[in-house]
Amino acid sequence: MSAALLIDIILWGSVAAVGFIAFRRGPTVLKTSLREGTMDFINIVPRIALGVIGSGYIAAVIPQEIITGWLGPDSGWLGVLTATIAGAATPGGPVIGFSIGAVALKAGGGPPQVIAYVIAWALFAFQRLLLWEIPFMPARFVWFRAAVSLPFPFLAAAIAMAIGKP
Amino acid sequence: MIVIGVLVAVSAALVWRRDGITGVTEILTHDLSLFGGILPRVLAGCLLGAFIAEILPHEKVSRSLGPKSGLKGLLIGAAFGAIMPGGPFTAYPVASALLAVGADFGATIAMVVSWTLIGYGRAIAWELPIMGTDFTLWRIVISLPLPVLAGALGRFVFVRIYPKGAPE
Repeated sequence: MSAALLIDIILWGSVAAVGFIAFRRGPTVLKTSLREGTMDFINIVPRIALGVIGSGYIAAVIPQEIITGWLGPDSGWLGVLTATIAGAATPGGPVIGFSIGAVALKAGGGPPQVIAYVIAWALFAFQRLLLWEIPFMPARFVWFRAAVSLPFPFLAAAIAMAIGKP
Repeated sequence: MIVIGVLVAVSAALVWRRDGITGVTEILTHDLSLFGGILPRVLAGCLLGAFIAEILPHEKVSRSLGPKSGLKGLLIGAAFGAIMPGGPFTAYPVASALLAVGADFGATIAMVVSWTLIGYGRAIAWELPIMGTDFTLWRIVISLPLPVLAGALGRFVFVRIYPKGAPE
């Protein structure tokens, strides 16, 4: 069984579970939440369509070698800083983010820098922020969240430097 | 939305100039199939968020995830983010639902950061196969304290920026 299928099963299983709880609360609760969920879905689809269908083009014009070069074997805090910026600037989905990380690791990038890159990508990748987080969440929350997350790629790199790679 | 639209249009034009029309259609077909695959999950995420917003008792959420929930609230948020199934299409609607029913910024930040950093969905589907088991586990161990720290920092900053509570 593939991981994607497993995740789909867990996902729809959770939907069914909370749906069942809503159903037990009465038909109005079930109907209201079904209607709200469907309305959210209809509102969100055009934005996601633009993002997903357009992201391939954005990823295609930003050459991956540039980002890997930023991560290069230069170590130290400057490397962590560039890694953090590179992580936030990486376009596209998880395949691209992790592939660049893997290439950087193989090309001799320092593990703390690669950690900073992966964590910065997870926290700030601009495409996910603009296409997923802002449509679903209040914009004020998103900017606030991103701002307080700023120290964490550096903290993770510091922990990585302190404990070393196993 | 407009920024992204312009960015996409410019990028598509650049791809067209570089690779011709085949390059453009190749990316379009790939992204269309990706979009088709994601749609049902987006629906599942929206439904999950709506159900959760509807069935969670507001007083209880604001007690356990609200501004006065302390470290426990941050830990609950982080744990919730870590077990959240699915991708951005589930995590963000659910986080938004939690905000709506009384969770504060701190606990919600802990949840979102925990989902991005230690959520198993992305790690199993993408990070393990691409980065390898050693790196992934090492990265996750280092990330463990971060969601609670981010939530605590969020709370600390929030009460100083908005001393009278969140503006609407």
